[in-house]
This record gives sequence, C-alpha cells and structure tokens, in this order.
Amino acid sequence: MSSQRIQPPALLFIEGDLTIRRVQEMKDVLLARLAQSQALEVDLAGVTEVDTAGAQLLLMARRAAQASQKELRLVAHSPAVVSLFELLRIR
Amino acid sequence: MNLDEGLQAFVTEAGELLAEMEAGLLNLGDPAAREEAVNAIFRAAHTIKGTAGLFGLDYIVLFTHAVESVLDEVRDAALPLDEELVSLLLECADQLNAMVRDVERGGRGDLGERCRPQLDALHAYLAPSSMMEPNHPALDANDYAGESGCWLVSLEFGRDVFRQGMDPASFIAYLGRLGRIVALATVDGGLPPPEQMDPQSCYLGFEIVLETSANAEEISKVFEFLHDECTVRLLPPGSSNDEFQRLADMLPLHANAIADLLQASALGTVVPPPSVAPQVEHTGGAALARPHESRTIRVDAERLGQLITLVGELIIASARTQMIGSRFKDTELQDSTSALAGLVEQVRDSALQLRMVKIGATFGRFQRVVHDVAREIGKDIRLVLSGEEVELDKTLVERIGDPLTHLVRNAIDHGIEAPEVRRQCGKPVQGTVSLNAFHDSGSIVIEVGDDGGGLQRERIIASAIERGLLEPDHKASDSEVFALIFEPGFSTASEVTSLSGRGVGMDVVKRNIEALRGSITIDSEAGRGTTVRVRLPLTLAIMDCMLVTVGSSRFAIPLGTIEECVEYAPEGRRGFVDLRGDVLPTVALRDLFRLQGAAPRRESVLVVRHAGQRAGLVVDSLQGQCQAVIKPLSPVFSGISCLSGSTVLGSGDVALILDIPALLKQLQARQPGNLAA
Repeated sequence: MSSQRIQPPALLFIEGDLTIRRVQEMKDVLLARLAQSQALEVDLAGVTEVDTAGAQLLLMARRAAQASQKELRLVAHSPAVVSLFELLRIR
Repeated sequence: MNLDEGLQAFVTEAGELLAEMEAGLLNLGDPAAREEAVNAIFRAAHTIKGTAGLFGLDYIVLFTHAVESVLDEVRDAALPLDEELVSLLLECADQLNAMVRDVERGGRGDLGERCRPQLDALHAYLAPSSMMEPNHPALDANDYAGESGCWLVSLEFGRDVFRQGMDPASFIAYLGRLGRIVALATVDGGLPPPEQMDPQSCYLGFEIVLETSANAEEISKVFEFLHDECTVRLLPPGSSNDEFQRLADMLPLHANAIADLLQASALGTVVPPPSVAPQVEHTGGAALARPHESRTIRVDAERLGQLITLVGELIIASARTQMIGSRFKDTELQDSTSALAGLVEQVRDSALQLRMVKIGATFGRFQRVVHDVAREIGKDIRLVLSGEEVELDKTLVERIGDPLTHLVRNAIDHGIEAPEVRRQCGKPVQGTVSLNAFHDSGSIVIEVGDDGGGLQRERIIASAIERGLLEPDHKASDSEVFALIFEPGFSTASEVTSLSGRGVGMDVVKRNIEALRGSITIDSEAGRGTTVRVRLPLTLAIMDCMLVTVGSSRFAIPLGTIEECVEYAPEGRRGFVDLRGDVLPTVALRDLFRLQGAAPRRESVLVVRHAGQRAGLVVDSLQGQCQAVIKPLSPVFSGISCLSGSTVLGSGDVALILDIPALLKQLQARQPGNLAA
C-alpha cells in the first residue's frame, strides 16, 4: 500500500459578495485552504456580486496554485461571475 | 452618487486645484521646479476639465480645454512660458474660479462673453503652432469621427482605483457602449507573489480592441472620471505595425496580450518580448515611482465642531469625576480616574489637532497678491516665506486671511519705496516682503515684514497732533507712536493709490485680530523697514490654565502666559515687588475686580508675560492647573475688559478666564501714574 493517497480536491464555497469589501478576508481564506491541500475546487455558485477586485483575487489564487504546482479550479460560476468573466474575457 | 454632493465635491476640488495651479504659475521662476510646476498646472487644468465634463458643464470644459491645449504646447516646449503667458494663465485661473463660484451658486458656470478676451488670447497662442505641426501624433485623431474602425485601447490602472470606490470593469462595460468590444485581454502580469499582494490594490491592466465610430476624445472621456488612476493609450484604426510595436515595447507587461489581440483581430502583428521581465522587481519599481500623495479625508466642519464640543464636555465631566474620586480615600479609584484624565487629555489634543492646518497654504496665496500688486504699481518685489509648517486652528486660518492681505498690501504700497528711491538709498532695487510664523509661549506669531523706508515717525506725530490724538509737548515712545496708526481714520499717506492711503484699514485689521483674542504690534526702523507682528492664540476652544482664588472667586489664567509663581512680599509701597533685583509692577485682583473680603496673611504673585511685557498678579491662593473649556461671556459682561471668557470647573463652579494682554495694557496705561489706586 502506497504511503500517499490520492485525495479528493478540497472544496471552498464562496457565498455572498466577492468585492473590494471582502477581498482581504477572502485572500487569507483562499491562500490558507490552498496551503492545506494539493487540489482546491472553488465553488462560485453562491457569489451574488463580484467586481474587478474580486476577479483579480481569483486570478491571483490561480497563479499562486500554478506557482506551487497545485491545482485550483473555479466551478459553478454564478450569473454575476459569468457576466464579469465574459466582459473581462477571463476563462 | 447624489448629484448635489458630486457638484459640491467638484466645487471643493476645483478650488483646491486652482489654488495649486496658481501656486504652480507663481513658482515658475525656480528652474529646478519648473518642469514639475508646469506638469502640476497641466494636471490641475486637466482634472477640472474631466470632472466638469462629467457634470456636463460644457462652458468650463471648453475653457479649460483651451487652457490645457496651450499648456500642452508649453509642456512639449513648443511654446515659451514667458511673463505674458503666465499673466494670461493667472487670468484664466481667475475666470475659472468665477465659473466654479457660479456652479456653487447653482449656475452652470457659463460666463458668456466675459471670457472672450482670454479665450481669444489662448487661441492666438495655439493657432501658429498647430499650423507648424500638421502631422500631430495619432492621439489627435478627430478625423476618424464618423466612420467606424478598430481602435486599440490600452488601459493601465493605478493601485488605488478600487479603494477609491471605482470598478474598472464598469468603465470597460461603459466603453462597450461606444461600439463593440471585438477582443479584450485582462493583463495580470503585474500581480505580485501572493504574500506580497494587497487584494485591495489594483494590479491589472487591459488591452481592448474596440470597433467604434467614436473619436479619440470620446473614447478617453469614458475614463476621465478616473483622473490619475488610469492611463489610457489609444491607437487609432489603421495604425501601423511599428506603432503597435512601440506600444508593446512601452508596456512590457502588456506585450503578450497586445500580440495575441492583434493576431486575433487581424489588426497587425508585434513581436512579444522574449521573456517577461521579473515581475516582482517591476511591481516594486512601479510602487516606488508612484508620486507621493497625502492621504486625507474630507470631514464636514460641523461634525468636527460637534466632536470638539463633546470633548470639552468630556473634560469637564472627567475633572468632576476626578474631584469626587479624590474625596474617597481609595487609591484604586484615584489611579483609575487619573488614568482616565490622562486619556481625556490625549483625546483633547488629538481632537484639536484635527482642526489644525499648516499656515503654508495661506502664505502661498500671497505670492499672487504680491505678484499682482507689485506689477500694478510698478515695483519689483519678492516675497520670502518662512515658518510655513506652523499649524494653527482652521477657523483662525480662515479669519486671518483678510487682515494679513491688508498688511501685505500695506507693506508693498507704503513699506517698499519706489525703485528710484531705493537705488538712491543704495538698497537693492528689488524689495523684499517677508511672511514668517512661529510659536511663542502658547500663541502663534505671524510677522509681516518689509525692507522699505520704515514708518515716518515725525509725520505720524504731526498727523496725530493735528487730530488731537497726541499732546504737542508729549514725548511719546516709539511703540506709542506706532500704535497710533491703528487709530480709526488715521492715515499719513500723502497720496491715495488704488490700494491704500484712504485711512481705512489698520483699525479694522486691529479689530479683526482682537476679535480672535489676538494682538498686533509694530516695529519699525527708519530706512530699514517695518515689521508688523500679529499674535494669535493657538486655538479658540480649549486652554490650559492655572486656577487661582481671590476670596470666594475663582479665576483661570492661561498657562502659556505664566512665567513663575512667587510668594508676595510687598515692598514699601503697594504696586511693586522685588523680583530678584528687578522691579515688577503688580496688580491685586482683589482691587481690580473690587472683591469683598480681606486679603489673607499669605498671598502669591503670578508672574505673567505677554508680548515682552511682564507683570505680577496678586492672588490669595493657587489651585493648580486645569483645562478650561472656553465659554463666551454673556454680553452683560462686555463692559469688563480684562476677562476673555468663563469656564465650568469639575466642581460645577464657574471660573472667569483672565485676558492677560488686555490686563497688561490696562496696567501700562496706568504707568507711570499712581499704581496704588
């Protein structure tokens, strides 16, 4: 039996707004969760409002994951996230 | 955003920017600061134009646009910034001020034909040079209006754009309404490593291909509201690969995005740099390069006043608590009340600090006064400022402006001699007017000096005798003579100029300053110049005082005026004490205010000083320091000249605050007569 197990990705739900008002707090949460796991799935279904600062935070998290060779996936984009990502052509 | 609030913010901001612009224009003489000054003036004009555009104040936009265009030429060194142009720009600043005032009164800032002369003059500057440069760079691409084409819009945002409550995405969405966003790339290459990233700062940039029939001005206008927080670079339809390449080279972080976009929209091709520059270094550099900005919050003055009133009440309540606490012999309670009192004192200091502003801004305004007035009357005068860092209460700053203006104008007009006279006297032709500020024993001293001919003592005496203000055979001291010019209607000017000499003024200046609990004195030396010294209290609201009793009455004496306390040992006659060999005139408060009761066996003398004058106040006992929250006296007491207000003590008793300057003056008036009165 191998000492390493394949773990299912950790899950993080972001609820409510993801804007300048909360990015500081969300940054700490995101980085802390990313540090704990090899793969992180960020569920955006509960995001009611998002601005450029919020989008920037998600971009930062993605780069942070890349830099430490981890996997970060943004899933279940809420309509607010979809419309901003479409405008800014973020995939 | 509420439109009224927005307009109010515009009025305030424009006022500040115009002041900056004026300061910049007057600062052009300094070659080292010249470039920065021109940039500052340009920025001010540009920002006003942008904000005015946002509110649809078209007249202001039109006018500032002309100013800005001329300044742009100056910035590109296509136009020399000579005296004539500076004067024109100063006039323009005045007209802009008038427009802003109009907006403040609810108008549209439309001055109609009144600005025609300035506009014509500005256009006269523009006409020849724009002919010289027919191939203006691509930015001036009004020609493209009407026909639709693909623009490359390159956006860099400032770090603080989020914090200022602005969301770049909404501006981009708005940009989309000008046409169609064909392609867009979000540039995140500027993001620092996660641990260094401040999520409230903006590190993003955008490259956008926009298909629109709008012209460059219309496109930039979308971002005008962002002021300095956004750098917009535009390349019009039909730009060459070279131009795209230049943009890509200028913005290395954006280069890949530009290359991708151009390829995707088939506008052109650029070669992206071989590897992206190390990001950490880059962002570090960018952060350093940001100009230093002072971070300020605008607060309603009324709220600040309310806070200070509350702090005043807090001080009284805290003093009362401490007093009651001291009745119980409980050390713990006493520790806690004294800790509380210490904190309250700190709260008071910081609350008062909130109202303090540097006097530099007020001084700066006089550059303009001196410039204009000296030109008008044909004198060459320079203004020397010092002590600009000295802080004083905002209310005082606002109310000292007019009296100071009067004093400065006086110095220019009466003080400094005509150039020929100066040459004959062997003085430099350029006269010097100086403004200086410093702290002195709890008050602020502002000096207005000139290196002119000094006050004409003989003429003042002659004029005073003529008016019956002075007995012909009275040998008056210098300070007595100079004080005469503060008498109502007194003037010695032999001719009336447009500025002064009508005999109104100095008495008004004096009254204004005394209304601020200040005082004014003059020093003058024939042939060397005159210095007017204005002394003002630091603040109008709260004072540290020494509490004394006389019989059952309590008096508070401003701590700043007290030099020392000594035991009272009356000499042969009352009215003097021997202070280490010096004769010190004294006044007994018991006699002064005709208080009941006999003096106790041991009395104390408080040695007070103001404006170089000393006296002793004889009191029954000293009660220690207190913070006096100054309450104005009711008009019933207006007949008593030696009181400046009252204060409520912790015990609930009322103490009267002594007006030391007035008291010393009264004492001096009695000298050298019988002081034992």
